[in-house]
Amino acid sequence: MNTAEDMEVRVENVWKSFDGGRIEVLKGVTLHVPKGGVVALCGTSGCGKSTLLNVISGLEEVDRGLVRVSGAEVADETARIWLLRHRIGYVFQFHHLMPDLTLAENCMIPVIAAGGKRAVAVERLHELAKATGVDHRLGRRVRELSGGERQRGALVRALMNDPELLLCDEPTGALDEKNRETVFELMLELVRSRGRTLVLATHDPGLACRCERVVRMRDGKIEGEGI
Amino acid sequence: MVFTNLRRHRVRTAIGAAGIALGVATMLSVVGLLGGAVKMFERILQSDAEMVVFEKNVSDLFFSNVPVELAGELKQQPFVKDARPVLFTIITAPGRPVVTCFGITPDDPRLTRGEWLQGGAADFNEANNGVVLGERAADFLAAKAGGTIELGQGSYPVAGVLRMENGFENGGVFMPLGTCQRAFQREGVCSVVSVALADGCGSAEVKDWMARHHGRLTALENEEFSRSYSQFKILKTTAWTVGGCAFLLGGLSVTNTMILSVFTRIKELAIARVCGFSRGQVARMIFGESLLVAAIGTASGWVLSIGGLHALRAVPQLQGYIDPRIGWMEVAGALSLALFTALAGALYPARYAANLKPAEALRYE
Repeated sequence: MNTAEDMEVRVENVWKSFDGGRIEVLKGVTLHVPKGGVVALCGTSGCGKSTLLNVISGLEEVDRGLVRVSGAEVADETARIWLLRHRIGYVFQFHHLMPDLTLAENCMIPVIAAGGKRAVAVERLHELAKATGVDHRLGRRVRELSGGERQRGALVRALMNDPELLLCDEPTGALDEKNRETVFELMLELVRSRGRTLVLATHDPGLACRCERVVRMRDGKIEGEGI
Repeated sequence: MVFTNLRRHRVRTAIGAAGIALGVATMLSVVGLLGGAVKMFERILQSDAEMVVFEKNVSDLFFSNVPVELAGELKQQPFVKDARPVLFTIITAPGRPVVTCFGITPDDPRLTRGEWLQGGAADFNEANNGVVLGERAADFLAAKAGGTIELGQGSYPVAGVLRMENGFENGGVFMPLGTCQRAFQREGVCSVVSVALADGCGSAEVKDWMARHHGRLTALENEEFSRSYSQFKILKTTAWTVGGCAFLLGGLSVTNTMILSVFTRIKELAIARVCGFSRGQVARMIFGESLLVAAIGTASGWVLSIGGLHALRAVPQLQGYIDPRIGWMEVAGALSLALFTALAGALYPARYAANLKPAEALRYE
């Protein structure tokens, strides 16, 4: 059985609201994800999946409750920055790459933030780009890439600092069916082969059921597990 | 990231840098122009000497009355190599209400420093009241050596025409000292006495001697005179004030550029935060961009001002009036102002960028 120390992600009784408390989005959510766990957060739009991911990464502050990643409390700014640099990778529904930079330049941003060594980073960039099939597109500006290539580029960027935890918010939501399948498979493979933890938000049950664990959310609460 | 960001937004960078460049160019040009004018005045007063003696408590050197005999007395002192009296006046010529007139002795170095275009120094003496004209003065007064010229209430033979490097001297009239004194009813006095020190002697001996024998007068080293002469101070202050104002206007373009730069890439900044950039890193990035824009602007402005001043110097009417040399002090002053403007201009955008909430910013449309 996993102990609290083994947990990569610990969310304890988290409450989060917007608009001065008028819109309650998370209502006492508790979620534990062990190291190497692959978890899908499933639910309809507006159920709080994205907010929960933002809370786990520290991008949103909680009203109440506790969030720990790799044992560090994300409410602490220093810890949060350390986590975002070294422990957490984030992939959004939209790639959010800078269109007038090359794909390689975009992927180097987390390395610059973490003060990583360039030579090591370049090696890693090529390894990841090869694994995701965008190695021949690294020198291209993002605006010249297809939707699938951009999202694969965003995945490479998220993995550049070799994070323990990958958070993905509808990562295939903006892709066509073929690209959706390719990117999703790639993501699962990269995470599993490296023994990393994945928390994925999706409203697509087809994708969710391919994860080891499915957490169903509804109206800001965890409704249960399984499809 | 700083270089990359500026490279990505070339037009915006160019506009920001152009604002600073124009500010720097204006500032350095104004400082250069007025500084050049001040240097010319200084050279007129100093004329191969280290010190200048004039009357205390006069608002302008035109009103200074120094006994001419003082030059003779000073020459006899062991610490003085040479002393020459000069009388500065303004004289009227037909069609020219204001012409600078220098009352000088025939051995004044100005007469040997300039290039004789017509005539010579032989006829420059009180006996025949011969005057020497600067090249430009001869031009606008339509006078030639051997002819005569109406100046004030008299008529004077033109002994020669000299090309002088200094614009004020080149546009002026040189009269024998005695002739000048008579013409202006200032017999026995001059405006200043230029003092060249004997080898190995210091200014303190002259000052001490002057204080003991001529308490009504003061002796200052050239540099000391330049620093304390109120007209020069006013000119220099005006130059820096006008230049500074132009500069601040240019600086507003940097502020504008940086604000625009932040507001148009709110999502990018949010992603940078998601990728692990701290608030400090984001702020440093914005400050860095602003400082780089200012540095580019300063360098461009410097080149622009040097070019502009050289172009102005080529204008015939301004020849000799402009000194296009811009000192390191002026460049350092402009650079300091540019950096200050860049930092001040980036303060609000950097603060805004650093305090962005990433999740909120990613929802921003």
